[in-house]
Amino acid sequence: MAQIELSAIRKSFDGTDVLKGIDFRVEDGEFISLVGPSGCGKSTLLRIIAGLEPQNSGQVQIDGRPVDSIRPSARNLAMVFQSYALYPHLSTFDNIAVPLRMRRLSTIERLPLLGALLPSRRAKERHIRADVAGIAEQLDITPLLRRKPGQLSGGQRQRVAVGRAMVREPLAFLFDEPLSNLDAKLRVHMRAELAELHRRLKATFIYVTHDQAEAMTMSSRIAVMMGGELIQAGTPAEIYNDPGDIRVAEFIGSPKINVLPGRIRKDGGVDVLGTALKLSCSAAAGDCRVGVRPERIDLGAGPFSGSVVHLENLGAEAFVHLATEGAGLRLIARLADVRHVPAMASSVAFGFAPDAVRIFDPAGKRIEIRLEQAERIREPAHV
Amino acid sequence: MSNAHPIPFRAILRHVLLIAGAALMLAPFIWMISTASKPQTEIFSSELHLIPHQFALAENLREAFAKANLLRFLLNGVIVTVSIFVLQVMVALPAAYALAKLRFLGRETLFALVLFGILIPPQATAIPVFLLLHKAGLLDSYAALVLPFTISVFGIFLMRQFFKTVPDDLVDAARMDGISEFGIVWRVMLPAAIPAVTAFGIFSVVAHWNDYFWPLIVLNSEHLRTPPLAVAHFRNSEAGTSYGPLMAAAMVIIAPLVIAFLFAQRRFIEGITLTGIK
Amino acid sequence: MSDGSMTIGAAIAPASRATRRTLPAHGSRRAYSAYTLVTPAAALMLIMLLGPLAGVIALSFTDYQLGAPHFSWIGLSNYRDLFADKVFWTALRNTLAYVVIVVPGAVIAGLAIALLIQSGTSLRSLYRTIYFLPVMATLIAMAVVWEFMLHPQFGLVNGMLRSAGLPAFAWLQDRNTALYALCAIGIWQAVGFNMVLFLAGLVSIPKQLYEAAEIDGASSGWARFRLVTWPMLGPVTTFVVVISGIRSFQVFDTVHVLTKGGPSKSTEVLIHTMYTEGFEFFRSGYAAAITVVFLVFVLALTLIKSRLADRGVHYT
Ligand SMILES: Nc1ncnc2c1ncn2[C@@H]1O[C@H](COP(=O)(O)OP(=O)(O)O)[C@@H](O)[C@H]1O
Ligand SMILES: [Mg+2]
Repeated sequence: MAQIELSAIRKSFDGTDVLKGIDFRVEDGEFISLVGPSGCGKSTLLRIIAGLEPQNSGQVQIDGRPVDSIRPSARNLAMVFQSYALYPHLSTFDNIAVPLRMRRLSTIERLPLLGALLPSRRAKERHIRADVAGIAEQLDITPLLRRKPGQLSGGQRQRVAVGRAMVREPLAFLFDEPLSNLDAKLRVHMRAELAELHRRLKATFIYVTHDQAEAMTMSSRIAVMMGGELIQAGTPAEIYNDPGDIRVAEFIGSPKINVLPGRIRKDGGVDVLGTALKLSCSAAAGDCRVGVRPERIDLGAGPFSGSVVHLENLGAEAFVHLATEGAGLRLIARLADVRHVPAMASSVAFGFAPDAVRIFDPAGKRIEIRLEQAERIREPAHV
Repeated sequence: MSNAHPIPFRAILRHVLLIAGAALMLAPFIWMISTASKPQTEIFSSELHLIPHQFALAENLREAFAKANLLRFLLNGVIVTVSIFVLQVMVALPAAYALAKLRFLGRETLFALVLFGILIPPQATAIPVFLLLHKAGLLDSYAALVLPFTISVFGIFLMRQFFKTVPDDLVDAARMDGISEFGIVWRVMLPAAIPAVTAFGIFSVVAHWNDYFWPLIVLNSEHLRTPPLAVAHFRNSEAGTSYGPLMAAAMVIIAPLVIAFLFAQRRFIEGITLTGIK
Repeated sequence: MSDGSMTIGAAIAPASRATRRTLPAHGSRRAYSAYTLVTPAAALMLIMLLGPLAGVIALSFTDYQLGAPHFSWIGLSNYRDLFADKVFWTALRNTLAYVVIVVPGAVIAGLAIALLIQSGTSLRSLYRTIYFLPVMATLIAMAVVWEFMLHPQFGLVNGMLRSAGLPAFAWLQDRNTALYALCAIGIWQAVGFNMVLFLAGLVSIPKQLYEAAEIDGASSGWARFRLVTWPMLGPVTTFVVVISGIRSFQVFDTVHVLTKGGPSKSTEVLIHTMYTEGFEFFRSGYAAAITVVFLVFVLALTLIKSRLADRGVHYT
């Protein structure tokens, strides 16, 4: 089990900066997700941790020890790849046994025919067999041990890949979008399995994904990357409720957070669509952006109104797409009670509670707000 | 033409034409077997007949083996083609892996040279390579037959193209598992490339088993002769006299590849048409 | 953890996974392995291929003779001698004649056989095997068989001509027929190879195109061939023509074993001249000049082919 620390990691490919100085610390036993849009540099960062790619500058430390000059296999990390990367010519058993054989057998013992005759090899092979059998038992793949990867389903391959990672008892597990090749249903199932595996192994997991739902549901901490920078890290709830940057707010959560143009007045009050919000901030007067999550928009009452332009009724919940009158802004509101879905093209009044509001400056940085206390206690309803 | 039964007619015409063509293709083979089965007197008769009146295949074969050390020549063929193929793979595979999966200074240049090398016909380099072997004192030896072909730029190209299709993740997984770069070539890439290596192997073995030009140039000693050279010498020494044994010898020389071909046609056709992209 | 900043560059387009390997800035272990892996190949390539290629060009400007203690640079002298030599022109003319006969013969026959095989479903693989057999069989051995087939007195060919009441020939011994006899052997040997390439091309033509042609009114087989097959086979055909051309240019085996260029130089071809000069008379410089001429022809053909291959046309 290990704690991993990155300091000032920079990486460029052919003159393009892909990582622009990443500082980050993964605690021992943590399940951390690196999440961000495609191409933001998550895989590159993971591969630098693994040692598969050298960084241009900065340092990687595992348990306080710099590992930059250490080969990938000697870092004692395990990696599960998006394509599973199973050796196609080896059986499930042999696939899982590879890291053990490479580590435990000497070069001579590994020789094809000759090595098999050595008595020392036979003893070691017995241990390897026992270890692989143990892992197979845990992952429920014992019946598959003799099959080749080509004869396994996607989910089974996934498990074999995890088994190959587990068998070496690594300091940490690195996952690079391991579920994105599975169908939707299996993906949800495997999420639960991986989370369960983490609870059981209590090992450090670094999990790369572009799917914010995966990050939200599995990890104890999420680190959000954008354009080669790590912009926020925190628990899923913190990231969701307290985004420090509008890009984080927009990336996390589905459907996306609603963003409305606002204005900060000289006195610190905030106006949106011509209505003053019941809150204030200490930022300089000027334009700002006001974010409200779909589930925090209350339909039926409030100072704003919009017409229904699209409806998505999922049965258990519904999403109402509104276009505000005049300004023509589009918003999405989540309706928990599908019995009260408004009619298409009807006009609906809406509003939101002051504590549902997140305000960002024009550069996207979060602006702290003060709620108007008294008001809020007396009438929690609407702005 | 009967319009009522256009399909049977066309099918029959197809078979008639194809069988006629096939007879033309097979004629030399049939004539070879026929002659190899005839006694001298029947061969030198102006009356045409395919089935010998008196079977003499055994005698002709015996005479062929007595006049020329055919077994030795076949063995030479095996030694030379197998050595060439094994060395070609040993040289080409690591290079192909580096060209496909590693980045190093000069990679593009090297690959450009490989592509350029494919364009050079083997006859073009014959004189300097011959002089080189002469200077090295290697003429008239197995080395002279094998060394010039240990480098197959075509093999490098073919394998590199194949390795390009192997996912990078697989290579990275191997590195994580502790396999060295050299180990990756033999433990990961080679097993993944078995179909391509087989096709290349057939291509290489057929080309060098049948090669006449190079052994003709570098060999002198009888005991080193490869099968084509052996047939040519047999023919020169027996010209116009003993066609029966000559045809029997030709039969023996082409038999290994033809039999292998009949057993694994698809693979052979695949392998040999590789020359097409060469 | 760094705080948000807005100075982020434009979204970087994801590159293909294939290009994902880089020169290690430090710990250059992998680049070092790369050099170890390519060194044998690179060295052999230099010694056995590129060096000799440069060597043959350099040699063609010398009067080097194998075994001679000295040689000197003589500029274009070899080429001057070559172009003044009647044998060279005969060889070039014969080689071109061979190419001009064998290429159309082997291409058209190969296409016809492929079309015939593909036009039905029965016995396809049997026919393919039979027609491919000559490609597999050692050419030298089969040349010897052909020689006996063409035997003026006891050969199969003349025997059949005689029984049909036609005149017989001394095929390989007659200067008027020898080259044509070699061409026939060349075609016989090359047809199967071309057929296989055409078959691959035919298989890759989508069936719907024929159905569309049928609906558009191309009701006869010939109309469909003109409308669909021929244009779709275009790239394969060009490719087969070029390949056959290159191979025919290299004709040597049958010549050397059957006629040695005779009778009276009627079957002398370039590579055979090169062989005689270089390896029988050991006039290396002069033979190198012949090689260079040969190379110019073959490279011209090869360049056409690699142009086609660059366009992503694959045939296997
Ligand atoms: N070997 C490479 N050569 C050039 N560019 C690369 C290489 N690997 C990754 N990149 C680039 O780096 C950026 C980040 O890639 P990656 O880390 O794979 O993103 P992510 O995993 O977040 O989708 C992308 O723009 C990608 O094109
Ligand atoms: Mg990625």
